[in-house]
Amino acid sequence: MRHIVSVLVEDHPRVLTRITALFARRGFNIESLAVGRTHQPGTSRIAFVVRGDDHTIEQVEKQLNRLVEVLKVTDHTEPHIERELALVKVHVAGLEERLEIREIAAAYRARTVDVARRALTFEVTGEPSKVESFIEQLRPYGLLETMRTGAVAMSRGVKALKPREKEAVREKEAV
Amino acid sequence: MNGAQALLQALIQEGVEHVFGHPGGAIMPVYDALYDAPIQHYLVRHEQAAAHAAAAYHRVSGRVGVCLATSGPGALNLVTGLADALMDSSAVVAITGNVPRALIGTDAFQEADVTGATMPVTKHNYLVTRADDLPRIVKEAFYIARTGRPGPVLIDIPKDVQLEAFTGAFPERVHLPGYRPTEEGHPRQIEKALAALEEAERPVLMVGGGARHAHAEIRAFAERTGIPVIPTLHGLGAFPGTHPQCLGMPGMHGTVAANRAVQYCDLILGIGLRFDDRVTGRLERFAPHARTIIHVDIDPAEVGKLVPTHIPVVGDAKQVTAELAAGARPLRLEGWWRTIRAWQEQYPLRIPERPYLQTPEVIRAFWEATGGEAIVTSGVGQHQMFVTQHYPFNKPRAWVTSGGLGTMGFGLPAAIGAQVARPDALVIDFDGDGSFQMTLQELATLVKYDLPVKVVILNNGFLGMVRQWQELFHARRYSEVYLADSNPDFAKLAAAYGIPGVRVERREDLAKGVDAVLGTDGPVVAEFRVHHEEGVFPMIPAGGSAEDMIVEDPREEVKA
Repeated sequence: MRHIVSVLVEDHPRVLTRITALFARRGFNIESLAVGRTHQPGTSRIAFVVRGDDHTIEQVEKQLNRLVEVLKVTDHTEPHIERELALVKVHVAGLEERLEIREIAAAYRARTVDVARRALTFEVTGEPSKVESFIEQLRPYGLLETMRTGAVAMSRGVKALKPREKEAVREKEAV
Repeated sequence: MNGAQALLQALIQEGVEHVFGHPGGAIMPVYDALYDAPIQHYLVRHEQAAAHAAAAYHRVSGRVGVCLATSGPGALNLVTGLADALMDSSAVVAITGNVPRALIGTDAFQEADVTGATMPVTKHNYLVTRADDLPRIVKEAFYIARTGRPGPVLIDIPKDVQLEAFTGAFPERVHLPGYRPTEEGHPRQIEKALAALEEAERPVLMVGGGARHAHAEIRAFAERTGIPVIPTLHGLGAFPGTHPQCLGMPGMHGTVAANRAVQYCDLILGIGLRFDDRVTGRLERFAPHARTIIHVDIDPAEVGKLVPTHIPVVGDAKQVTAELAAGARPLRLEGWWRTIRAWQEQYPLRIPERPYLQTPEVIRAFWEATGGEAIVTSGVGQHQMFVTQHYPFNKPRAWVTSGGLGTMGFGLPAAIGAQVARPDALVIDFDGDGSFQMTLQELATLVKYDLPVKVVILNNGFLGMVRQWQELFHARRYSEVYLADSNPDFAKLAAAYGIPGVRVERREDLAKGVDAVLGTDGPVVAEFRVHHEEGVFPMIPAGGSAEDMIVEDPREEVKA
């Protein structure tokens, strides 16, 4: 089963390496990965898509939680928003194709971001399946280049990914 | 104050008194600061030994072990020791030098990506980029190493950071928002566990290395309930080995009674163990009648990882067991104990009658002569398994061995760490001739610091465990396991280091040999020539289950 997992991390060097190395070491395959800073200074948010049964995903979450720089992990099984952005460059053979391609793009609400005599480049956003479908619609015209960001996700409503409530400030301990 | 001096100051604030290490170019400022610091440094002859010694130091004393190495080759030599510490949950802080910041990533002399290389073998690691960060990082490293599930943490410090002027502060607290071990078990889960126990007819208590600091609580709980106790390799000593409720170790070379009890139990209460494959054998056939598995562990990632857990309790073994003991009632287990006693009577751990000296006899002789009062370390192999079978550990923190990684050569460095942690204790390293030769250069460390470790080499002239498998599973095709044609004269080897040597070849000389070892002040290297084709039994073949147990040596006759 496909899962999309969000991870809130401290924005330290190598934190992404730690996470991806953890996946590699345990034989989990990452289907897509998207990373960016959050509005909170010093934290980044990662969204990745993995496939696996519940046991595998539970292991993924537990292993991620073991990492010192991981603040919070969520497997989005609840109602959530999922989006992906893609740049798609398609070959344009002639006027007829140009019109058809533009029509498809309009149906997908893809924005034209670059126009050339023999190529059109679109920006499309939406659920990964929509992005997928848009790319498939353009495939027969000859795809020149595609670049997808990988899915990002967020819970619906007021629920937000936050570090666990209790602050981890420890008193100096006797050794 | 420079970065190196700040580092030493931070170590002193953590209570560090002993460190194990080997100097080199990129760690020289730290060694320079060490020259004036009230910290005793133990110079090992290979960095791997420093890491093992630090791990053993922790296992014996409960204090964090510290090791030091230089950049590149020095740091990479720690990798095996760190991996060993991670697998066996030993709290170690490793400090390594690195090339100056400007040279990082240029393939400079003795440069290696040490944080990258050690990421999979440490609980956490740091590359320090500013001297002012050092006290905070040291504080965090010690905190991470010793709390939760203990483990190794590495701090990599570029040489120019060691020399940089320090103007920072020494924090009193750590602030790690992403690191919060759960120590208190959930009360409702503990209640559920107690309720399940009351309903069980054939329960067993399995205890692992995570319970080594909970021995008093384990004992209180076990004696209150009357439950059979099965300590795993690292759990030996967490419950007295000679206690009538102790069935001995489970798993590949475990006792018949322990393995049968797991096989036929209806409930497993596992505390501080991780259901290693050497314990469970084939998972689908592990404990097929156990309706309830209760797993107590401080690492949530271990709970349910391999064995389906019905009642998970995430928490510290000591705290959770204390609560279990407080809430437990005596169980009615007469029928279950009758069954277990019958197995024990039918299949005791036996030493076969053979005309020659056997490893278990040597181990038992030491047990008897010392009254079990020694701290024991071991290498990895047949001799290690024989120790688990024939040396009943009654006390916690008296047994240090490499379980998870199975690192040959662990015994002598571990004995060094143990002896430093417990200068007054008798420390015995039971080692194999193969295992000992992987780190024998550490005899130099024994001499340099006059550490009175007793090295007992059980010499069968083979890589015995591999040979045993070749015998059983590869038609006795003994591929590259014969050592006797090229082994050194161990007594002469010891003499070359100025250490007295003892050699025993015949059973008649065993008692005299043991007396000679124990009667010598200071370090000793003793070689006991045991039979070259001994096998460790009982044995469950790899990938098998308790039903596939080979109880006794299948060979009809072994020629002397």
